[in-house]
Amino acid sequence: MAALGREKMKQLEAQYKKILADYIVNQTEKNLYIAQNFTRQLIQKNISPEDVISIHKNAIAEIFPDRMNEAQPAYDFLIEVMVHYGMAHREHQSLLQKQAEYEMEMKIATSIQKALLKTHIPKLSTVDIGMLSVPARKMNGDYVHFFYHRDDYLSVAVTDVVGKGVPAALCMSMVKYGLETLEYAYKEPSYVLEVINRVIEKGVDDSMFVSMFYGCLDTQRNMFSYASAGHEPALHYNAKQDQFVALEAKGLLLGVLPNTKYTYQEVILEDNDIITMMTDGVTEFRGNDHLNSRQIITSVIRDNKYLSAQQLCQLLYREIEKIHGFDLSDDFTVVILKK
Amino acid sequence: MDVTIHFKEIDHKLYGYVEGEIDTFTASGLREELEAVKITEGLEIELDLSKVSYMDSTGLGIFVAFYKRAVREKGKVKLVGLSNRLQRLFEITGLSDLMDIETDKKVELR
Repeated sequence: MAALGREKMKQLEAQYKKILADYIVNQTEKNLYIAQNFTRQLIQKNISPEDVISIHKNAIAEIFPDRMNEAQPAYDFLIEVMVHYGMAHREHQSLLQKQAEYEMEMKIATSIQKALLKTHIPKLSTVDIGMLSVPARKMNGDYVHFFYHRDDYLSVAVTDVVGKGVPAALCMSMVKYGLETLEYAYKEPSYVLEVINRVIEKGVDDSMFVSMFYGCLDTQRNMFSYASAGHEPALHYNAKQDQFVALEAKGLLLGVLPNTKYTYQEVILEDNDIITMMTDGVTEFRGNDHLNSRQIITSVIRDNKYLSAQQLCQLLYREIEKIHGFDLSDDFTVVILKK
Repeated sequence: MDVTIHFKEIDHKLYGYVEGEIDTFTASGLREELEAVKITEGLEIELDLSKVSYMDSTGLGIFVAFYKRAVREKGKVKLVGLSNRLQRLFEITGLSDLMDIETDKKVELR
């Protein structure tokens, strides 16, 4: 009110009084319409709700001077109430606006991340490859990277950043670019882990790290070599023996200590064998501790081993989603290789 | 469900009792409490996790960060009372080789 000046305020009061008086005499749509237009003026001039009531009070005092004695305290009371109401309302509005801004930025970030971290699933004649990665929230903290050379070699890195949301996504971009520079060494699981470990250890704070399972399939020798940095072991389904073997490989999470060494293991892959790599979003059954996640995963794979690798991934997702009541709390990523 | 930590100092040794579920949502409170711990040279800290009913990788991150700070500031951290589930989590991630960890003795005996 102060900013507007007494003179201007007097003018508004006079206008309002006229409009109100007209309406009291003649309650027509037209008079109401004039009031509506007047409201726009009030908003333009940034008149607060309590000032509007004060304008109304003054107008009533002039139109019905003899009734004001009783009504005066009630009006003053309403003005006080409106002062607080107006403050809360403005705060609420500005929060809503801020929230809309954040949502907009989040949307942009999500689409950038999707574009940056998009995994292209290679098609090889020697091995059937399936992959599925579903984020629990907007941003995905899991990432899968493939390298391949003709039909002879296929390497895959399955990674999971500790934590979720924006920080995880930012860290993951770092991992992706680290991996891309390793094109020349993609056949050496331990070397890849050692290099990425140094990249993350330098760049990230103490509580941020990444788990990674790295495997390389040599389709000529039918040899799968793999190493793990604190990652969930992969599962090897041996078709001939109809048995599952966990591909355990001990190794510290990436980003904890600068000069960590990683060892790799090798396993022979025969026809119809299946390798399943996953993140803890697949194996972690929070609140369903009585269920054995490994048993569920292996039985889904064994019972449906004739499906394609991609169909198996999809089926596994549907089954596990069902167990969690269609509400997965962690990013879910699975990669399946079928010989 | 939330997570709480209570500290007790006995004979220049600091004992921390953690209780509850540690996940992305409850983690920040615990992180702040641990960051507030003043570590002096040679201080021994023992964190009891026997009443931790759930922990995800974010929780793991908090303990690793605390462990790394303790090493830098020349203190000693030991985690005790880990359930089989937690023990497995520390094993898979390779942290059990790095940190001083003791499983829940009662569970072991069973």
